[in-house]
Amino acid sequence: MTAGTGLTIAVPRGALFADTLDLLDLLEIDTSELRSGDRRLLFSGPALAQRGIDGIVTMRPSDVPTYVEHGAADLGVTGKDVLLEQTEREVYELLDLGYGRCRMIVAARRGDDALAESLRRLGSVRIATKYPGIATRHFADTGRQAEVVEVKGSVELAPLTGLVDGIVDLTATGRTLVENDLEEREQIEVCTARLIANPVAHKLKAQAIDALMARIRGRP
Amino acid sequence: MIHPTPPGTRDVLPDEMRELRALAAVLRRAFEGAGFGEVRTPALEYEDVLRRGDERAGPPGFRLFDSEGHVLALRSDMTIPIARVVAARYSDAEPPFRLCYFAHAFRAVERGRGQAAEFLQGGIELVGPPAPIGDAEVVSLVLEALDEAGLRRHRIGLGDASLYPSLLERLEVPEEDRAPLLERLGRRDLVGLEERVDRLDLGGEARELLVTLPTLRGGPEVLERLSGSLAPAVENLRACYELLSERGVAERVILDLGLVLELGYYTGAVFELYDPAVGFTLGSGGRYDDLLGRFGRPLPACGMALHIERVHVARTAEERLR
Repeated sequence: MTAGTGLTIAVPRGALFADTLDLLDLLEIDTSELRSGDRRLLFSGPALAQRGIDGIVTMRPSDVPTYVEHGAADLGVTGKDVLLEQTEREVYELLDLGYGRCRMIVAARRGDDALAESLRRLGSVRIATKYPGIATRHFADTGRQAEVVEVKGSVELAPLTGLVDGIVDLTATGRTLVENDLEEREQIEVCTARLIANPVAHKLKAQAIDALMARIRGRP
Repeated sequence: MIHPTPPGTRDVLPDEMRELRALAAVLRRAFEGAGFGEVRTPALEYEDVLRRGDERAGPPGFRLFDSEGHVLALRSDMTIPIARVVAARYSDAEPPFRLCYFAHAFRAVERGRGQAAEFLQGGIELVGPPAPIGDAEVVSLVLEALDEAGLRRHRIGLGDASLYPSLLERLEVPEEDRAPLLERLGRRDLVGLEERVDRLDLGGEARELLVTLPTLRGGPEVLERLSGSLAPAVENLRACYELLSERGVAERVILDLGLVLELGYYTGAVFELYDPAVGFTLGSGGRYDDLLGRFGRPLPACGMALHIERVHVARTAEERLR
């Protein structure tokens, strides 16, 4: 946890950024500087301190559990997809914030049956994903052998070029899938934004954290 | 060319070594002064022996074969080796046994997570005295030792490993639903816990209890939140807290009804140490009344281990404040 008496909160940039700032506004935490669009990553000041916030740090969602686990932030907001991929992180998952809803799915090329065909004739499927942990666990849990290929960029390309039979990826609207001639085959999990906490901060800053949670639960 | 060391291991050079030695010396003096004699056990043990202590644990982080094909493992903590020592070497002696240790333990780590695969533990084991008197002796001695080591802001979380399981039993939660609930609690996944509790279709009060109990932490007022019928676990916590008040360390104690630890051998009180300067716990421990029986000498016991390198970080931060 952070050494100050107030809370330090890790806020994810990207898809969850706008909704997270709206949530902070509802809690009467000043977000005007975060919204100003400058390139600073760390925000603090009297307006935040007045609300019991020592600082707000912004980062990509997949880094939030790292900062929170090590106590560089007391609380953080990140997607359930990130937490499912980083299951070994020692953080408290305190609250389902409800926004940022999307789904972790298995998708394959429309019109052919490469997934079933590979399983039947070759004994295993090849899956491309940015979420190797989730993909490996899903196929193991459903009793299928899978060779998981980790890619960093656009996963949709992998089945189109014949690199793999299918993909495991996060989808909100499904539009990217359609545009790339892919279709959903299985849903693995529905993912929303979560509030997480450092275990030491959860004990030593219990009052501040519980008060914040009560206000989040009671929001309109 | 730089020759690497395995992930999670590191070299210690003289400046740090002097400070670690000095810190361990202060703690050792405190432990020895309270009658806890230091022991040393082998870093390598037979895997079967370690497994006997905690059959629910995963495989040890490091295993190897000796020249005769026996599977050896590097110890992942000192509690199980000391349980073995007490059963084997003090089989006829009259308890209590008070032992302390300063030794390296080993756990598997993932690359790039900044965790230690080899870490220095210092701790105490108290064999014989039952709860709550034994628990209070262990907790207060560790708190005093940390005072002497120069920490000023450390706190200890005090919970009970049997609390949630006995609550599930009292509420007559079906057997097959208990493990998934405990697993989510153990992972600190309070969202998943609530989802799973909602599937049970319990009455409002029972549901509320199962969902809020893990979030109850603070002073003795948290015990008031539970009705009197709840299990000896609460009574034991209350009794332990009273003993700690008498010993004058109550202001360092956070009663934590949701506290659960990874290790499977805890049967009663569990402890976790915190300091505001460190994001991870400084140490942990608890009561393990069934463990020695598995080695043939059934005796109640309780202990706590400090992560010396993290205590060192906390102390360094403390010095900067002065």
